[in-house]
Amino acid sequence: MDILYLLIPLSVVLVFLIGALFWWSVRSGQFDDLEGPGHRILDDD
Amino acid sequence: MSAQAAAFNTSFPAGAGTTTYNYTVVRQFAIMTLVWGIVGMLVGVIIAAQLMFPDLTYGIPWLSYGRLRPLHTNAVIFAFGGSALFATSYYVVQRTCHARLFAGPLAAFTFWGWQLVIVGAAITLPLGITTSKEYAELEWPLDVLITLVWVSYAVVFFGTIAKRKTSHIYVANWFFGGFILTVALLHLVNSAAIPATPWKSYSAYAGAQDAMVQWWYGHNAVGFFLTAGFLGMMYYFVPKQADRPVYSYRLSVVHFWALIFTYMWAGPHHLHYTALPDWAQSLGMAFSLILLAPSWGGMINGIMTLSGAWHKLRTDPILKFLIVSLSFYGMSTFEGPMMSIKTVNSLSHYTDWTIGHVHAGALGWVAMITIGSLYFMIPRLFGRSEMYSTKLVTTHFWVATIGVVLYIAAMWIAGVMQGLMWRAVNPDDGTLTYTFVESVKSTYPFYAIRLLGGVMFLGGMLIMAYNTYKTVASGKAVDAPVLQPAPAHA
Repeated sequence: MDILYLLIPLSVVLVFLIGALFWWSVRSGQFDDLEGPGHRILDDD
Repeated sequence: MSAQAAAFNTSFPAGAGTTTYNYTVVRQFAIMTLVWGIVGMLVGVIIAAQLMFPDLTYGIPWLSYGRLRPLHTNAVIFAFGGSALFATSYYVVQRTCHARLFAGPLAAFTFWGWQLVIVGAAITLPLGITTSKEYAELEWPLDVLITLVWVSYAVVFFGTIAKRKTSHIYVANWFFGGFILTVALLHLVNSAAIPATPWKSYSAYAGAQDAMVQWWYGHNAVGFFLTAGFLGMMYYFVPKQADRPVYSYRLSVVHFWALIFTYMWAGPHHLHYTALPDWAQSLGMAFSLILLAPSWGGMINGIMTLSGAWHKLRTDPILKFLIVSLSFYGMSTFEGPMMSIKTVNSLSHYTDWTIGHVHAGALGWVAMITIGSLYFMIPRLFGRSEMYSTKLVTTHFWVATIGVVLYIAAMWIAGVMQGLMWRAVNPDDGTLTYTFVESVKSTYPFYAIRLLGGVMFLGGMLIMAYNTYKTVASGKAVDAPVLQPAPAHA
């Protein structure tokens, strides 16, 4: 199953990428307000 | 212009100098979604009829089941579903970011390039030109074109996110973005091949390795192309049509991160009891079971958006489409993990139960959420406040829903029956109780019911086409002006 030498590292890299993206989104305040955004899309037209 | 359309337009005074949203590309993709939906489902009806009447196409090779079946799957997944995803993601990202689409000409290229891929598929697949990898049958020149279109799609989408006027990125865009990036990765890895001639290539992988890559791709295509992208649709169009915020915005964020962190390894459940190592099969099963949690979280979140406003379901057929699609999503994301359990899979695999499961997801979830979203968008794209006939939308809803139920119920019964017949052995001497052809014969009535269900679903699409034609003919293409984001009120 040599293919796992490709697929497993790929998943690991991906998890770290997703983790980094999650870290960025939390740090940059994306989730500071978890009520307003739901309401705001209703006012977009 | 009708009085209705005039009233609609005065509420959006598009003065000189105001930027508008790029609705041109959205309109193009929205109309083609409908066209490819009808084409793809028509091919589906033809191959369903071929299973009942094998001589239906007089043995013409280009119209044989083996060649039309990949044409059907490519047309409904990539032509219908793909166009729907382009249309809705371009619409949603512009409206929620309060910004015109980034790189207009590139967006136009994604439209024409994607249509070219589809036409290429419609020519090559009946000719028998195929890589024979399921859901990735297209040969390498078309794979290259797909890559170019997809990279352009990513540039347009993320470029629009980058120039957004709101600091928050709405949850639907996270789902669309996750879908775009993952599909790029899946396509690149799975389609790796060595070209031999202009229309023939050999996979970079062999044997069980190839099977593993194929289903790593295949199931993630279900998870990201047919689920994450359509969840993006759900998180915008369900709240908009219900005119209520999503039940729990917090849960929608948890839903997104849980889904993308856990999805990637469900693929091996397509290879139970094969040459794939046993532990890899079990791993695939475990991850498939885990997926039940985020899937149901999202399903409940979508349906509960109507909490306190259930009465809207009585009168609004668009909301009926959206909410029923969520219940089919819930059903198929429960059924899927159950079927991935090895003991259940030993009964269900290779039977028509799988076909039923796929169509509960494809017709019930993917097609119905698309149809609901299109009914929401089309009037707005053509300067009208609603579809030409709401009554016809209601008719479409009932015809489509009854069609799906007939389809999946027939396939459930057929599948369980086939599984039981294939494994039945005579207790005296251990020989098989039934020959294979006996199970085929017993399936006949269920093929008839399935065909009826498919014809009904296609009929619903034709009703929609008529309704859309009347709506478009009496309206006119309108590009709404870009609105300044409302001040935060939290």
